Amino acid sequence: MNELALYFRYIGISIRGQLQYRSSFILQAIGHGLMTGIEFLGVWALFHRFGQLRGWSLPEAAMFYGTISVTFSIADALARGFDQFGNMVKGGDFDRLLVRPRSTVVQLIGQEFTLRRVGRFAQGIVVLAWAFSALHLSLSISTAALLLLAILGGVCLFSGLVVLQATSAFWTTESLEVWNAFTYGGVFMSQYPVAIYRPWFRQFFTFVIPLACVNYFPVIAVLRRKDPLGSPALFQWLAPLAGIAFLAVALQVWKFGVRHYRSTGS
Amino acid sequence: MRGMKPYLAIFSARFRMMMQYRAAAIAGLWTQIFFGLVMIMTYESFYGSTKQTQPISFAQIVSYVWLGQALLALLPWNVDSEVRAMVRSGAVAYELCRPVDLYSLWFMRAMAWRTAPTILRAVPMTLLAMFALPLLGLGEWRLRPPSAAGGLGFAGAMVCALLLSCAIGTLMNISLMWTVSGDGVVILLTALVSLLSGMIIPLPLFPDWAQPLLRALPFAGLVDLPYRVYLGNIAPSGLPSVLLRQLLWTGALVLVGRWLLARGMRKIVVQGG
Repeated sequence: MNELALYFRYIGISIRGQLQYRSSFILQAIGHGLMTGIEFLGVWALFHRFGQLRGWSLPEAAMFYGTISVTFSIADALARGFDQFGNMVKGGDFDRLLVRPRSTVVQLIGQEFTLRRVGRFAQGIVVLAWAFSALHLSLSISTAALLLLAILGGVCLFSGLVVLQATSAFWTTESLEVWNAFTYGGVFMSQYPVAIYRPWFRQFFTFVIPLACVNYFPVIAVLRRKDPLGSPALFQWLAPLAGIAFLAVALQVWKFGVRHYRSTGS
Repeated sequence: MRGMKPYLAIFSARFRMMMQYRAAAIAGLWTQIFFGLVMIMTYESFYGSTKQTQPISFAQIVSYVWLGQALLALLPWNVDSEVRAMVRSGAVAYELCRPVDLYSLWFMRAMAWRTAPTILRAVPMTLLAMFALPLLGLGEWRLRPPSAAGGLGFAGAMVCALLLSCAIGTLMNISLMWTVSGDGVVILLTALVSLLSGMIIPLPLFPDWAQPLLRALPFAGLVDLPYRVYLGNIAPSGLPSVLLRQLLWTGALVLVGRWLLARGMRKIVVQGG
C-alpha cells in the first residue's frame, strides 16, 4: 500500500469515528460556523459605522475574509494530527511511529481529520459567494484557478506552520503555544487587506511568513483592482507558490528534527 | 461569617490550584499581544478613513483593546470541565452529600476558576501594554492609565462583572444536567457572550439602532460598561446606574440558576451500588 492510499485509509477511519457521535458532530460544526459568522458580524458593523476602510469596501474585504476562512478550515482539518505530537514526544509514543516503515508525516497527519471544521468552511464559502455577487464579479475559469491556487498555497503555508510548531517539540518536548500567534493570529490579520497595516508588519508577513502571498496578492488579482502596494499582475499570480515553498522548507526542518530525536523513554 | 467558611476554603483551594498554570498564561500572552496589535492597526485604519466623530475616540479604543486582552479569561465562555466530568460519570450525586449549599459551592468554584487565570494574565499584560509599548516607540498604541475616579469606578464595576460572569458560568454548568455533553448551550452562549459583551468589537461601534438592545441585555456588564468607566467614556456620575444594572442581572441569573438546579437535582437518579 503506498503512502497516499494509506493516508486515505487513515482519514476514512477518522471520519467514520467522528460520525459515530452524530449530534455532537453537527453541533460542533454549527458552532464553528457560528463563531466565525459572529466575527464577520463584527467586520460588518465596523464597515457600517465607518463606511469604508482606506478605500476598501465591505464586499472587497469579504473576499479576503472568505478566502482565508476557507483556506484555514481546510488546513485545520488536515493538519491537526500534528497537534498531538507534543504529547507523543512526552510519552515516548513517537518511537512507535519511527519503527513503522512509513513516513512519519503521513502517520501524523493521518491521526485525525477534523471534520467539524466544515462549519467554518461553509461560512467562508457563503461570504465568498456574497462578495462575488455584491461586486458583480463573475467566476471565470482563470479567476477560479487563481482562487484555488491561493487556497492550495495557503493550506500548504498553514500546514508548514503546524509542522514547524511540532518540530519545535523535538527540542522543548512541549508543543509551543507561541506559534498560535502565527496560525490563529495569521488568519485574524488576513481577514483585512494587509495594505492597511504598518509596513514592518506587512513585510514580515510577505517575506518571512508569506501569508500575504497566499491571500492578499492573489485576491487583488481576483478583485481586478489596482494594488495600492504596487505589485505587478505576474507577481500576484505567482505569489501563492511561496506557500508551497514554505511547506517544503518546513518539511526539511522536520526531517532534521527527526534525525535529532531522542526518546524521552520511561 | 461562620457560614461562609467552607465556601472561602473552596475558593482558596481552587484559586491556588489554578495559580499553578503560570507557564500556560505566559505562553498565551504573546498570542494575545499579537491579536491586540492587529486589532489596533485595523482600528487605526478605520479611524483614518472617516472624518466623522465617533462615539468613542481612537485613543479610547486602544485602551479598550488592551483591557480586553488583559481580562479575557474573566469571560464565561466555557463550562467547568470538572463539573462536566461529574455530571457525565454520575459523581454529581456526591455533591448532594456535602453539608453545603450546592449553588454557592459551584458559584465559588467558578469564581476561583475565573479570577486566578485573569490575574496571571492581566498583570503582565497591563505592564507590557502600559510601559513596554512606549519604549518600543509605539506610544500611541499604549494602554493609558485611568483618571482616579475612572480607576476606582472601574475596580467596582469589575467586581460586579466577575459576579455576573460567575452567574452566567454557573448557569452553563447547571445546563449540563439536561444536555450532558453541553455542546449546544455552551456554543450558543459563547457566541452570544463574545458578540454582545464588546469582546469582538466595542459596543459603541455597533449601529445606533442596535444600541438599545445591547444596553438591555446582561452581556454589556461583562466587558463594555466597566471598560468605558475606565476610559471615562461613561462619566463617574453614570457609575451607580452601571453597578445597578450589573447587580440586578446577577441577582436575576442567580435566581434562575438556583431554581434550575433545584429542579435538576429533584429528578436525579443515582445508579450503581
